[in-house]
Amino acid sequence: MRRILPSLLALAALAACKKQDQGSGMMSPDATGPIVIGEVGSMTGTEATFGLSSANGIQLAIDEFNAKGGVKGRQLQVKVLDDQGRPEEAATAATRLIASEHVVALLGEVASTRSMFMAPKAQQAKVPMVTPSSTNPAVTEKGDYIFRACFIDPFQGYVGATFAHDNLKVKKVAILKDVRNDYSVGLAKNFIEAFTKAGGQIVAQESYSNGDVDFKAQLTNIKAAAPQALYVPGYYTDVGLIARQAREAGITVPLLGGDGWDSEKLYEIGGAALEGSYFSNHYSVDDLSPRIQEFVVKFKKAYGGQVPDSLAAQAYDAAGMLYDAMKRANDISGPAVRDALAQTKDYRGVTGDITMDDKRNATKPAVVLRVGKGGKYEFSGRIQPEGMKESNPAEAPRANPDQPKKTEGNTAPNPAPGTTPTPTPAPAPGATTSAQNAATTGQRQGVPAGEHPKK
Amino acid sequence: MIHFLQHVVHGVSLGSIYALIALGYTMVYGVLKLINFAHGDVFMLGSMMGWYASSRWTQEAAHPSWLGAIAVTLVSMAICGTTGFLIERFGYRPLRDSPKLNSLITAIGFSFLLEYGGQFVFGPNPRAFGALPISSSDQFPVLGVSISYIDVLCVGVSVVLMVVLHRIIFHSRTGTAMRAVSWNPSVAALMGINIDRIISFTFVLGSVLAAVAGILFASAYRKVDPLMGLMPGLKAFVAAVLGGIGNVQGAMLGGLILGLAEQLVASYVSSQWKDAIAFSILILILLIKPSGLLGKGAAEKV
Repeated sequence: MRRILPSLLALAALAACKKQDQGSGMMSPDATGPIVIGEVGSMTGTEATFGLSSANGIQLAIDEFNAKGGVKGRQLQVKVLDDQGRPEEAATAATRLIASEHVVALLGEVASTRSMFMAPKAQQAKVPMVTPSSTNPAVTEKGDYIFRACFIDPFQGYVGATFAHDNLKVKKVAILKDVRNDYSVGLAKNFIEAFTKAGGQIVAQESYSNGDVDFKAQLTNIKAAAPQALYVPGYYTDVGLIARQAREAGITVPLLGGDGWDSEKLYEIGGAALEGSYFSNHYSVDDLSPRIQEFVVKFKKAYGGQVPDSLAAQAYDAAGMLYDAMKRANDISGPAVRDALAQTKDYRGVTGDITMDDKRNATKPAVVLRVGKGGKYEFSGRIQPEGMKESNPAEAPRANPDQPKKTEGNTAPNPAPGTTPTPTPAPAPGATTSAQNAATTGQRQGVPAGEHPKK
Repeated sequence: MIHFLQHVVHGVSLGSIYALIALGYTMVYGVLKLINFAHGDVFMLGSMMGWYASSRWTQEAAHPSWLGAIAVTLVSMAICGTTGFLIERFGYRPLRDSPKLNSLITAIGFSFLLEYGGQFVFGPNPRAFGALPISSSDQFPVLGVSISYIDVLCVGVSVVLMVVLHRIIFHSRTGTAMRAVSWNPSVAALMGINIDRIISFTFVLGSVLAAVAGILFASAYRKVDPLMGLMPGLKAFVAAVLGGIGNVQGAMLGGLILGLAEQLVASYVSSQWKDAIAFSILILILLIKPSGLLGKGAAEKV
């Protein structure tokens, strides 16, 4: 009996807890209490910075919305669960949030792998899910309740091609892609399509496998083709080594790449060989547009001077998109919010104007960063998606609105508003114009250490 | 033509590193008839310890000098030599009289232990290695081909070490003892040779060479991570088999052929094929000439 008593007590306590839990959970769908939004993130583990940054961005957004009066007269509340960076934990967390917290929507995860584990749970329960920064195209293919606030991987291929053609004004590009990586292959494919469509020429196509350390054979071939730029859409470690060996092989033209470059390890391995190269990314704190600068100020104020990284900015936008959809929806039921999310058009996010396409991927601009001296990233342009125009005329002078695609940045001299940009002579490869240097005021180091979200 | 020569230069440089690692495989096999699969990971440990010695324990990597580089190499050699000794003493020696398969599986176990233990202890992130005062971007042109000083260093060090090794094996008392143990351990023991000591010496020598290879490889390619020993280790094994396992010159020749084959395949066929080619060579050699190019065939040992 002495043994049984404590266990009985424990059981009773457990039951009480459970009851209470259910009680509070039951409350939330009612029309009076706060609306609960679930968030799943890697708050601990090797990728803890991803989860913490995103949580900060989301909390900042939610606080602002509550100050504005919330949704339909009710306040918003975020319930965050930690997945420790593990995909199975992400799925469990999503299930828990849906079943016992009765969340109206889910925000997360950062990494595509973990988002893909969460997505079926959300889809099954008809709870809309918005991932702030999972860029793998397969994530939203999990179902029609899954959305994202970022662009998908292949879009960066278009961004790279447009930047190379319009801003760097190069006509001949060589490609070195990682054949073992969908991300790299996707970027390369879209780059080739967009670049040849714009009138450019791909003079060499070489490949490697993730983890290789010797790229000399490929680079010697690339050098023989005399390209004006080299597109390397890989991850930072390989890119660092490639940059080094490219310079050793006598390739002096700039390297171009995607957000897989974004790590402080990039410069640690590649060093000065990377200086003067460019890569596309989601956002830059050095972007002088008022939206971003306003966000940076708010974020720093809320989090003791911490500079928001791109994950924080994207999480802020994901929460914003969801808020916007909930306001537009007839009620806050899953299907209603889903429909409203799917109709998102020109949502003015920090990272750009966001429109949902029919595959629930965000159509939005990307930024291009230049690797400067000492590994500092310098903002050097924003590339709009095909057929999309900048909505805020105050932000930057507009180019000819008839132009199907528009690039805007500081590499080429800015034309006066409303005029067609005059063609400028092609700059020498690797050279930087004074306009670009002048525009770069703030500088930023790479995202904190850790694996890349898509790895 | 110039491009071809450039590929050849790169191939020779890569091949000389394979050759240095292959020497370790071939020596241990020669003496013990055991493929020490952990050898590639001792090579990794050589690079990793070089990184620790130059970037963590000292500030050598910030201001590299030749003297510092030599000190770093010596530290790394000492640690790898000790590791080689310990692996043999506590892993292989207790199993020496059991079937060869047991030792082979233990070797694979040690390989995994070093790889994943390394990931646990050192962390999986790659690090940048910079202990040498020259980098691979310091080059000089010869007939339109650019050769980097690191390539010269790799080839030079490999050749010197191979000559030294040859002297040790064929012109020293220890070497004579090594050959005796290789020929017949029990007879060698009857002649008053301390077999345990000779086998330990062989492991230490092989591990020390792997450490040098690790430092050269890390200097040439700059990236150091706990799984870096896997591929070079396997390729060096292929090189050792290609040249005739147990044969020192064969390891050198095999390494060079493999390095050249890899570079030429990557440049003229496709980089995706280069690893496939390396291992096809292994299969072909095993089918056509199992004793390798310079191997003498098992019959002579009887």
